[in-house]
Amino acid sequence: MTEIFGIPTQALFGQLLIGLINGSFYALLSLGLAVIFGLLNIINFTHGAQYMLGAFCAYLLLNKTGVGYWWSLLLAPLIVGALGMLIERLMLKRLYKLDHLYGLLLTFGLALVIQGVFRNEYGTSGQPYAMPAELAGGRNLGFMFLPNYRAWVIATSVAVCLGTWFVIEKTKLGSYLRAATENPALVQAFGINVPRMITLTYGFGAALAAFAGVMAAPIYQVNPQMGADLIIVVFAVVVIGGMGSIMGSIVTGFSLGIIEGLTKVFYPEASNTVIFVIMAIVLAVRPAGLFGAQK
Amino acid sequence: MSRAQRIAFGVMLAFFLLAPLVLYPVFLMKVMCFALFACAFNLLIGFGGLLSFGHAMFLGTAGYVSAHAAKVWGCPPELAILLGTLSAAALGLVTGLLAIRRQGIYFAMITLALSQMIYFYCLQAPFTHGEDGIQSVPRGTLFGFIDLSNIWAMYATVLVVFVAGFLLIYRAIHSPFGQVLKSIRENEARAISLGYDTTRYKFLAFVLSAALAGLAGATKAIVFQLASLTDVHWTMSGEVVLITLLGGMGTIFGPVAGALVIITMENYLAQLGAWVTVAQGVIFVICVLAFRRGIVGEIAHFLKKPL
Repeated sequence: MTEIFGIPTQALFGQLLIGLINGSFYALLSLGLAVIFGLLNIINFTHGAQYMLGAFCAYLLLNKTGVGYWWSLLLAPLIVGALGMLIERLMLKRLYKLDHLYGLLLTFGLALVIQGVFRNEYGTSGQPYAMPAELAGGRNLGFMFLPNYRAWVIATSVAVCLGTWFVIEKTKLGSYLRAATENPALVQAFGINVPRMITLTYGFGAALAAFAGVMAAPIYQVNPQMGADLIIVVFAVVVIGGMGSIMGSIVTGFSLGIIEGLTKVFYPEASNTVIFVIMAIVLAVRPAGLFGAQK
Repeated sequence: MSRAQRIAFGVMLAFFLLAPLVLYPVFLMKVMCFALFACAFNLLIGFGGLLSFGHAMFLGTAGYVSAHAAKVWGCPPELAILLGTLSAAALGLVTGLLAIRRQGIYFAMITLALSQMIYFYCLQAPFTHGEDGIQSVPRGTLFGFIDLSNIWAMYATVLVVFVAGFLLIYRAIHSPFGQVLKSIRENEARAISLGYDTTRYKFLAFVLSAALAGLAGATKAIVFQLASLTDVHWTMSGEVVLITLLGGMGTIFGPVAGALVIITMENYLAQLGAWVTVAQGVIFVICVLAFRRGIVGEIAHFLKKPL
């Protein structure tokens, strides 16, 4: 068997693949956080719970109504996105005039409620979710075995991330959004309905989290706690990247996933903490984050 | 202290002196440990405007160090608690230097991430015994002659630690240092223009808060003879935010009232499992939407006197 630095290539590429998969989820989630933060100025602590809700939507759709993976990929984000818009309309909207910390506290409370309800119903053990038959199996690339589903997850999240980046940076709708981030009052004066834009943005961010959740369901099991620990890592990713740029959060998400995967190969004890260590180093050297605007 | 505050302090002291006659002392000691923890946290959020979402790391680390010192090194309780407090202060020194570089929600995310790092460290380090935690920690003999296995001796010790910590925080808030801290909360740019090195003040407040949270954690480990992962987990960081929010951020007695309510609720709902989490979440939402002053804040607003 071939080896690199004394590590069998099979193991190396295997971990690299897991890293890329994790990186896909970091990128999708931190992208959603960045989009929401840009317009609403709040950090959406419910993001992890919305990711979990997406996975549970897929699970319930399959087991209660027999709706399969592909429809879930469309329906779950719509359901969770609608729920998100409801949250924004009923609760978050009342907090915009206050300190931004209240938004964080409110979404943290909501996350506790959602996770608690699901933990009551399903316990802490994971529920299996079968991967779609079309994507079962895999192919041998010569140096490693690539399961089809994993290739699909990586390709789709890259596509969704780039699509989001394109819409925000290159389209007219995106330019309204960026203008409203800079100066909502002025944009409203031009006759654009900013409150509705805010609601839709929050719904979109929540839908993005749910989309990631559906894709994660066949890989990790569907578990009420699946979003809670993930969201903390995503926060660290966001601090490292800085929330100033959309592309920044995508690149940071994928790179940190890969770094985490490599750490698992070379120094497994640190694989849980490596992202936090990187965050500490970045804070010491460049406090605004790698892609953040230096004040 | 103003007159209203002296009365409130008297009521609080009388409560903790008389309550063990009717309530279970171990429960009250838990309330006092959490009250001190929340008071330390409140020093940061209520007076410095800094929301730390990682205060569990100080509570938990101090608990582990003091439990380890008492059990493995055979230290007397006063030394074990001192070592625990110092370890939390040292951790506050390092994490504070990093976290203070960003503000607002970034500060919250950074402290949360750093405490998650400490959590993973505690999960893996051999001396913490992972999921089991450090169990059956000896309470020992305080100053060589007070046997803490006696429940009343233990109770009195916790009461003294709590009141001393509380008064220290009161003193800090009402010192020139505390006034500068408040001015930073209100308008940092103006405080800077008046010539105050605001970063240094925030950093000092962070370390002081970490040390006092550590004092609470170290005492808690000796009382319950246990140091476990629960105390370093992010849910504990969330809990102290909840206690302070419910009691009243930026009030002096709020965290104590909040601790009493939340710990009582947890005690009675304990058998309902995950519903405790749901109830905590609901309280969070209600407090943020409709009850931002908190219990003591509302009372103070009604009396038009700071409490």
